[in-house]
Amino acid sequence: MAQGVWTIAEQRDGEIRKISYELVSEGRRLADALGQDLTVVLLGSNVKDKAAEFGPYGADKVLVADDSRLEPYTTDAYVSVISQLVKANEPGILLLGASVEGKDLAGRLAARLDVAMAQDCTAFAIEDGNLVATRPIYAGKAYAKVTFENSLPQMATARPKVMSISEPDPSKSAEVMDAAFTLDDADLKTKVVDVVKDKSGKVDLTEADKIVSGGRGMKGPENYNILEALADVIGASVGASRSAVDAGWRPHSDQVGQTGKVVSPNLYVACGISGAIQHLAGMSTSKVIVAINKDGDAPIFQKADYGVVADLFDVVPALTEEVKKYV
Amino acid sequence: MNIIVCLKQVPDTETQIKIGSDRQSIVTDDIKWVMNPYDEYGVEEALRLKEKHGGEVTVVGLGPKRVTESIRTALAMGADKGILISDEALNGSDSLAHAKALAAAVKDLEYDLIFTGQRGVDDDLGIVGATLAELLNIPQISLIVKMEVTEDGKSVKVERPIEGETLVITSTLPALVTAQKGLNEPRYASLPGIMKAKKKPLDEKSLADLGLDSADFGAGARKLKILELTSPPSRQAGKIIEGETPQEKAAQLAKLLHEEAKVL
Repeated sequence: MAQGVWTIAEQRDGEIRKISYELVSEGRRLADALGQDLTVVLLGSNVKDKAAEFGPYGADKVLVADDSRLEPYTTDAYVSVISQLVKANEPGILLLGASVEGKDLAGRLAARLDVAMAQDCTAFAIEDGNLVATRPIYAGKAYAKVTFENSLPQMATARPKVMSISEPDPSKSAEVMDAAFTLDDADLKTKVVDVVKDKSGKVDLTEADKIVSGGRGMKGPENYNILEALADVIGASVGASRSAVDAGWRPHSDQVGQTGKVVSPNLYVACGISGAIQHLAGMSTSKVIVAINKDGDAPIFQKADYGVVADLFDVVPALTEEVKKYV
Repeated sequence: MNIIVCLKQVPDTETQIKIGSDRQSIVTDDIKWVMNPYDEYGVEEALRLKEKHGGEVTVVGLGPKRVTESIRTALAMGADKGILISDEALNGSDSLAHAKALAAAVKDLEYDLIFTGQRGVDDDLGIVGATLAELLNIPQISLIVKMEVTEDGKSVKVERPIEGETLVITSTLPALVTAQKGLNEPRYASLPGIMKAKKKPLDEKSLADLGLDSADFGAGARKLKILELTSPPSRQAGKIIEGETPQEKAAQLAKLLHEEAKVL
């Protein structure tokens, strides 16, 4: 009988990524609802010492697969190992993070296991012993509540920065076990040959706690320095709407929206952004939304927690000065 | 090079989405259907590779008869052949079933590369590409913004941006690539292209033509069950910041973000 909640930890260069703790915290809540165990699966090379990090967040067990071919992440290696572990242990629920590589892994893993998968979920619940997942569709214009039929383990990915991380309890520890698996080099068809770090050194938008974002109202690329100034003071990353990216003012990687990045920061400050549905798709799960726009009718004000109807070229520099009192 | 591009149609992104009375599907009455934007990048990249390396581009569309229009668009852009997989029994299928149908259409064709969009902007799932690759037992490389095929045509080098860095990945061919925004700027079909497209072969296949059992498709066969569609969660109404001057408003905003919202 399939049972137990599993979460797949994400690590890079031996460091556990934050989404992993979001998954463990949420996994614990689901495991409690089911009265079952929570197991974290950790893959990598020389990562065994990191396994101890998950006990305080509620993991009962940590399964460690340690192999030089598991660093860095490749679809082939991770799908092979995890599917072997799943077949051997038969968990009931399997959760991953909806990061770039998480989504890549989850899609192929679900296909390998011939199961359904709910991608980029914003909430989970247990109903009648089954996982029920809530997820945005049509760029968040609607939400779907889904569940699983003839499909075990029940698989889903969680949108980063949405599930809350529980307070760690240092008195709790998990049982750490070595995973049994085989990896055939002939199965590894892709190879990471280079890693180019982003020059800005700023936190990626999908992982940022605060974002200051500029749209068509910025009037040109040279004006983004006022957003950078505010961002520097409050410790934010700078994003952009599609208009700004299409106009060549900011790079693709800065785009927030339906065909850009989906972000979920604690604070999102939208400057000179009208709030088209495609932009909202990318930031509607932000905890606090601030809109600064001189057009009081801009749709963004419907979604903002705080709205300032004024010229951003006056407000943003003034705000930059004012926030210095608080940071 | 022989390249296959998979595509589907989605509601135009400007469309207002209304939930049907059954709360299981959306109202499709006034929808303007377009090629899934991410699939367009796949079509364009396939055409560029054909222009560089020679060969043939086959477009495989899945869905109702209206998908023919998008296949014709791809043919007008420069693709050589089209296949439409269309069947009543496909209605309501989940991603696993869609991939199964695509795999059946594609498995006996010659291909070095298969393109899909990184996800459909309707269900936002991004699963069909990976599932198709699994069924065909070829590697998938997803969310790609740059690619080149080696001189010998045996492998491919791609770039995938992840959080904070860009990975350069190589893969043997054949492989499946899921196209991400930034891969290219899709061309517009020219008038001569549109005229030529009318004469290019476009075959229609039912599930039976592909040797598939319709019992494995449709709403009844879904593994991902839709319990309910709802409107997006509403946010509590926000407040418009008061103040005589922009400076006053900025001061008030900063204070509220610190004291009330507690984000600063």
